[in-house]
Amino acid sequence: MPVSFTVNGQATSLTLDPRVTLLDALREHMALTGSKKGCDHGQCGACTVMVNGQRINSCLTLAVMHEGDEVTTIEGLGSPENLHPMQAAFVKHDGFQCGYCTPGQICSSVAVLKEIEAGIPSHVTADLDQVAFSDAEVRERMSGNICRCAAYPNIVAAIRDVHDHA
Amino acid sequence: MEFTQAAGPNPLDAGRVVTKPIDRIDGPLKVSGRAPYAYEYHQDFPNAAYGFVLGSSVPKGRIASLDTKAAEAMPGVLLVLTHANTPKMSDEGEHNAPQLQGAEIKQYEQAVAFVVAETFEQARAAARAVKVTYTEAKGAYDLAAVQDKGEPVKSAPDSTVGDFDKAFSAAPVTVDVTYTTPDQSHAMMEPHASVAKWDGDKLTVYTANQMIHWAHDGIAGTLGIPKTKVRVQSAYVGGGFGSKLFIYSDPILAAVAAQKLGRPVKVALTRPQIFNHTNHRPATIQRIRLGAGPDGRITAMGHDTVSGNQEGGEVENAADQTKLLYAGENRLIRTRLSELDLPKGGAMRAPGEAVGLLALECAMDELAEKTGVDPVELRIRNDIQYDPEKGPSRSFSSRHLVECLRTGAERFGWSKRAAKPGTVRDGQWLVGMGVASGFRGNLVMPSGARVKLDREGVVTVETQMTDIGTGSYTILGQVAAEMMGLPIEKVRVKLGDSDFPLSSGSGGSWGANSASAGVFAACEALRDAVAQKAGFNTKDVTFADGNVASGGRSRSLAEVAGPDGVTVEAKAEFGDLTKKFAQASFAGHFCEVGVDAHTGEIRVRRMLSVCSAGRIINPKTSRNQCLGGMTMGIGAALMEEQVVDERFGGFINHDLAEYVVPVHADIPDLDVVFLDETDDKSSWIKAKGVGELGICGVGAAVANAVYNATGIRIRDYPLTLDKLLPRLPTA
Repeated sequence: MPVSFTVNGQATSLTLDPRVTLLDALREHMALTGSKKGCDHGQCGACTVMVNGQRINSCLTLAVMHEGDEVTTIEGLGSPENLHPMQAAFVKHDGFQCGYCTPGQICSSVAVLKEIEAGIPSHVTADLDQVAFSDAEVRERMSGNICRCAAYPNIVAAIRDVHDHA
Repeated sequence: MEFTQAAGPNPLDAGRVVTKPIDRIDGPLKVSGRAPYAYEYHQDFPNAAYGFVLGSSVPKGRIASLDTKAAEAMPGVLLVLTHANTPKMSDEGEHNAPQLQGAEIKQYEQAVAFVVAETFEQARAAARAVKVTYTEAKGAYDLAAVQDKGEPVKSAPDSTVGDFDKAFSAAPVTVDVTYTTPDQSHAMMEPHASVAKWDGDKLTVYTANQMIHWAHDGIAGTLGIPKTKVRVQSAYVGGGFGSKLFIYSDPILAAVAAQKLGRPVKVALTRPQIFNHTNHRPATIQRIRLGAGPDGRITAMGHDTVSGNQEGGEVENAADQTKLLYAGENRLIRTRLSELDLPKGGAMRAPGEAVGLLALECAMDELAEKTGVDPVELRIRNDIQYDPEKGPSRSFSSRHLVECLRTGAERFGWSKRAAKPGTVRDGQWLVGMGVASGFRGNLVMPSGARVKLDREGVVTVETQMTDIGTGSYTILGQVAAEMMGLPIEKVRVKLGDSDFPLSSGSGGSWGANSASAGVFAACEALRDAVAQKAGFNTKDVTFADGNVASGGRSRSLAEVAGPDGVTVEAKAEFGDLTKKFAQASFAGHFCEVGVDAHTGEIRVRRMLSVCSAGRIINPKTSRNQCLGGMTMGIGAALMEEQVVDERFGGFINHDLAEYVVPVHADIPDLDVVFLDETDDKSSWIKAKGVGELGICGVGAAVANAVYNATGIRIRDYPLTLDKLLPRLPTA
């Protein structure tokens, strides 16, 4: 099936088996391997990308469902020479070890700050009209991104740093 | 270069680059998604076909029939490998992993077919179309049912000192308790994956692996080809924790299929396959018997542990730390292995200690309560500065357990702990504190490296060593920078390639110290070669600021290197200092938990680990290693359990939603402190292992805190709320 979408600002047209997930379209058909396959089940978050500004598990959605969508992957956030502030904060605070969950953590982190700013409440929000940044909000909202190396405190520190300096 | 006596002063002591919290040099690649893992080398393997492993749906028995016709006729299918068309392989080498060699089934999810197609989706669909029937055989899957059939093992001999039975029965205070720990899974984030290609008779395999030379031996040995014809690469590894010490079906089947098809083949295990197809940490049943005086001084130390494994498998050495951790003149420590037909057990982060301390350190807490001695004080009273089995002739190379405990108690506010359990309340939460000692034996392995100085004054390090998240790239760069008088920016590090000198690899916490020693040895040789080339015929040379200097003369490294550069190779080998001296890393772990008085939910509120592990090469990456170990320890205490399904002879919760591991919301800010020390008997680096220390003992600190909060002692890990709930005091 043909499908056209924009990835990291570049218009892309692909002809894909309808079974191909958005994750595999990125990884196997566009060689954008920054988005990782940790479980292929929506259980680990390593495949997190942003579609039309919202974070999703790209393994849980088929590529052909994304006609006309705008996809941003870890590669679109920054490059080694020109890191996104969140990427730089992860390096500074050592918010990773093996690096495999890291692109998903970073995509989620960027989206989480926007969600808090937009006043979207979470499970730990006490007052639904007063959504504010806190470590507890970050931990709750980031819990769909597993880091088995468990750099969790450092990831929270990186997100806090970016929030405080935004 | 052999390490045979305590290290004297050396260039690393300057601490200009080493001991500094330098950012990971592989960081920018990893955070931008540009670091390639095994499955991701599109450019190096164009036109790779996709493989998919079909695993057995029974744990033991034989394949009765196997029909591949429907699968072979499906779109895009290129090849279906089964035991009917797979070449003969060797099982003779220690690291070999023969696949599809016959109809016999020994493990649930054992590979029974390998489907290769043009696309992943085609291969996956066709694998489902392979029709297999089995004749099942009866197997043993319940450790408790076979615990009395345990046999002694050579790798963990009995420790018998004095007369344990007499001392235990005469002791004024005794503890006799049995703890159980479940099967656990590494659950690293990157699934096992390999891609293989042939150039004539030369095979190249990129695979996710911790130990390049073991994988190299295993792949070449299994396929029956010379190692010189096989190249194994593993530059970036998405976590391992022991799971990637070994090879499984993926590199072997990819290699066979690639040869048959004349094109590269790639394969990744699916997440559900991993839990049963690969290995896991085996469950244990541990009986601890402590006999002590009223003052808490131990006179009888008994630890009996049993675990299960397939025939020929290793034992979970859960009593290992008990041989060295505490005093006690009468000792009886026995390790037994029973045969089970579950998936093969293997090493997972701190094999032995990680689960052994879950039992021993809770038993110590029970002894503290019985004697009325404070748990921190009890451990201090039973500290011993030499191997209690061998006697004072074998002292510890360095042992600062007491300092870890004292420093931790002070920093954590241990004095505020209520000795009487179940007496501190914070709203709905019952609050308690727990402590445990941490212990991990220090292992060393031979390790080599090649170092090159080029005309730009840049030093490049090449070694088979891997970085599985441990920080190897960075710390090896720091060692080379320190040795050569360069900033870290002038050092490049290349890892994980069998074309490089053989290294220790990543396992058993031996990597940082051993591989750094290899780089140290190579840099010593490079210093000599550079000094000689610079015309300094003396040992009295200094390397600083990119220059080599002697007797008032100074030349830049770049200039000395010249157009040809200087390349040397060396290997660190280790004499008998680990035999002459007991060597280990130590920690004092402190934990505060809240237990919901109504639901039994357990939340870790605060945690501190004070660690003593020799020289800390990089405090930033080392701290992160401890955070990871502590978190995995929290997982072991509170949630991680592979549930045996005896109907299928495997683990039923085989994904990341049902094998529960800690997530962000489970983990508060954790505190880590390193004691300022060096251990001159570990290597020239004076460092010891830190990657596993965090997990050793932490879970017991959690469990002891739960007891302190509630007065409920659970001896069956993990401490899930269903075990607490019936016994919670009415709120």
